[in-house]
Amino acid sequence: MAGYILKRLLSAIPVMLGITVIVFLIMAMIPGDPATAILGSYATPENVEKLNRDLGLDKPLVQRYFIWLGNMLTGDFGRSFSLNRPVLDEIAERFSATLILAGTAFVLCSILGILAGAISAARQYSLADKAITFVVLIGISVPSFFLGMMMILLFAVNLRWLPVSGMYAIYGGGDLPDLIAHLAMPALALAAVATGVIARLSRSAMLEVLRQDYIRTARAKGVPERRVVYGHALRAAMVSVIPVLGIQAGFVLSGAVYIEMVFQWPGVGRMLVDAILKRDILLVQGGVVFVSACYVLFNIAVDVAQSLLDPRIRT
Amino acid sequence: MSAFLKLLFRNRLAAIGAVVLGLILALVLVAPLLPLPDPDATATSERFARPFSEGHILGTDHLGRDLAARLVHGTRVSLAIGLFAALAAAVLGSAIGIAAGYFGGRTDNVIMRAIDMLMAFPYILLALAIVAALGPGLRNALIAVAAVNIPFFARNIRGITVGLAGREFVDAARLAGMGHTRIILSEILPNVLPVIVIGISTTVGWMILETAGLSFLGLGSQPPQADLGSMLGEARAALITAPHTSVVPGLMIFLIVMSINLLGDGVRDALDPRLKSGALARPRATTRVDRRGPVPEEPAKGLLDLQRLETQFHVGKRVYKAVNDVSLHVKPGECLGLIGESGSGKSVTALSVMGLVASPPGAITGGAVRHDGEDLLSLPYDALRRRRGEKVAYIFQDPLATLHPLYRIGEQMAEAIRVHHRISDREARARALELLRAVRIPNPESRLGNYPHEMSGGMRQRIGIAMALANDPEVLIADEPTTALDVTVQAQILALLDELRRERGLAILFITHDFGVVAQLCDRVAVMYAGRIVEQGPTEEILARPAHPYTARLIACVPELGEGKRELAAIPGLPPVVDSLPPGCAFAPRCDKAQEDCRKGAIDLAGTGTHDVRCLHPEVTP
Repeated sequence: MAGYILKRLLSAIPVMLGITVIVFLIMAMIPGDPATAILGSYATPENVEKLNRDLGLDKPLVQRYFIWLGNMLTGDFGRSFSLNRPVLDEIAERFSATLILAGTAFVLCSILGILAGAISAARQYSLADKAITFVVLIGISVPSFFLGMMMILLFAVNLRWLPVSGMYAIYGGGDLPDLIAHLAMPALALAAVATGVIARLSRSAMLEVLRQDYIRTARAKGVPERRVVYGHALRAAMVSVIPVLGIQAGFVLSGAVYIEMVFQWPGVGRMLVDAILKRDILLVQGGVVFVSACYVLFNIAVDVAQSLLDPRIRT
Repeated sequence: MSAFLKLLFRNRLAAIGAVVLGLILALVLVAPLLPLPDPDATATSERFARPFSEGHILGTDHLGRDLAARLVHGTRVSLAIGLFAALAAAVLGSAIGIAAGYFGGRTDNVIMRAIDMLMAFPYILLALAIVAALGPGLRNALIAVAAVNIPFFARNIRGITVGLAGREFVDAARLAGMGHTRIILSEILPNVLPVIVIGISTTVGWMILETAGLSFLGLGSQPPQADLGSMLGEARAALITAPHTSVVPGLMIFLIVMSINLLGDGVRDALDPRLKSGALARPRATTRVDRRGPVPEEPAKGLLDLQRLETQFHVGKRVYKAVNDVSLHVKPGECLGLIGESGSGKSVTALSVMGLVASPPGAITGGAVRHDGEDLLSLPYDALRRRRGEKVAYIFQDPLATLHPLYRIGEQMAEAIRVHHRISDREARARALELLRAVRIPNPESRLGNYPHEMSGGMRQRIGIAMALANDPEVLIADEPTTALDVTVQAQILALLDELRRERGLAILFITHDFGVVAQLCDRVAVMYAGRIVEQGPTEEILARPAHPYTARLIACVPELGEGKRELAAIPGLPPVVDSLPPGCAFAPRCDKAQEDCRKGAIDLAGTGTHDVRCLHPEVTP
């Protein structure tokens, strides 16, 4: 097992390097002069040249890449000019907020999705199945940012159950119940699409598995139906559901950008959008690399979970 | 094509999707003809007019612009951008995929590595990076969304191209001296085109959503130009005071995406042949019993009695009569062989006993199955379940598929016992070990911790037998338990079964297609053809003097060692499909003794009562 984890971790190194290359190349496409973009069009030529030198932009592309990579490896992601603080500090602060939001949404969509899919399959064509299928269809079709806005109207404005936005109340907040109250709507809105996708997949995976010979064997042994469905079949269906959880985690992380905008959540997504609008390239670069690297690591965790479930892929 | 459309529209949801999408498209296409005000004309005095106010059917936004006009124009922009992004991603992605798949080797390796890298990103981060580099704007958002979706197409198309590149017609084209470009255009592209089209239809909804998302963030369309995403983004500031400005574009995105999703699902379902037959229905816990006639009330002849059993499969309008008026019985300590070609209905007969025929599409439509005189088909589910494995146990063919791949052998065996008896972990383990020893598995202690895939075929089959014996059943139904095994293992397993029935007094129903196996193990044999018993009697007698021509042919198929050059005749023709059985004898079309009267009407099973045959012109009279 330890060998498998180590192997997966080692295989992540080229992927991570590839990510840095891609991000670097995309950023190198920036038309014109980044220093002009930062200083504005009224900057004097001397200032532009000085900034270019400070940023290392006067060096050849390949050399610039390795300097950038080397700096990142030593924990130096550069300095955000718009916030005037180290990029890594800003990312670390913002990423923890995103992690709370996206992590909660991920747990929600995994549990709700698998449960809904399993029930839907176990009671195929029943009222419950039809209701779930209908809700799932709406869930995967509604844009998460629109859903979030409608939730604000209903739960925050009309019913006044939950706070409109933010992560903590400005006065007297900061404890866990306060966080949960602020988290409830964005996490649900963020989880909606992934819940739908996972529920659909779980349903079809369950239906596929329920026709397998080993399910018939379980029935022939006299295993009660409930256990056949929620034990034998669900466990086997997980083999095809878990890899999709990894993919959906990427979608949850992506959707977090919209949800953070809607709910004023102080996460990394909002930071990136602000950085793009302010053309704070180093902050964008650092943020994209950092979050992508975390996602690669998360997918390794998913692979490990998969190998724990399925002994056939343990090598 | 028309069959495809029919299938598509039989799916009501897909039809709704098509109608909604059609309406939206029509609205967008006739937009220039509609009497709508200029979507960009501001009128600050009329800010946030409510819907249905004068002159503004949907109201106005924060600059007093007419929402209806903006909605129609915004929808137009969003649809066009989404479609264009999908096309761009499809063209570029497919080109990359075809190149990788067609040239293979190093090219393939390098391209796919790069694609894998792109897929390692959460998609929006890549899109954001591209927008960051190119600057906000609708065109750049389109580029970003298309670029992010290229890997999806590249991967799918590459997979298909790899399969095509090795096919004969591509080799032929190459030998004919065609260049790479021509081969790709004339041989590969036509074959991958349907997949590309399906890919577009499933991703276009996503692309619309993604571009709308970027515009919502303020990174896509820039004012005053409107698309649905930027309309929603601008309305967000006034969400609480003027919710209609958010609801209008939001609902439109929702409608577009939902109708595309519905249509896409419909297309996929219509193209997936498995769903047409309804085969993906969830099998019930027990076979549906829907007897059209009275329950036979004949006295039981054995421990297990099948009385005029009828099992059918209902697929669409077709009815497959898999088991037709089958009567069998087995006494304790006896082994009855049930023999026939594949598709003759012998496995379905066996599965019908404990209600294990997948249902739907299967249903038991007549007869009775008596265990100890009690009709199993009349039992409620839980009573039947308590007899499964406890009184009547099964050994299945192909134990790699019939053992659960994710549970250890020990867990599966312990479960077989514990669903019927309350015993401790230790007792269950001890009992499992005892069973593994009984079926002569070496090192049983270490085997308990194994998974099925870690064992050989012979070992797995023994596990299957051990599991069937776990609760000391009275009846054992063995469905071709030795078919997948080599001859020596087969002989060992047959010897084992023989020993078990002699020692424990088991009644065995042994299903096979091999008379050689029947000769070794069975006291009596029943021959099945097209869902009916065509002959039954004591094994020696049938082997020596087969009465039905079909039986005679089956026996002739068994080679015997040391018998010299005997005619090893395969039976010409195929068994009939059981949804359109001919009147009279089902074997008549393949039988060289068949005469006119054979094809006329139903033929009874007749004979001495110990040896019966369903034939008008038997080889010998029993």
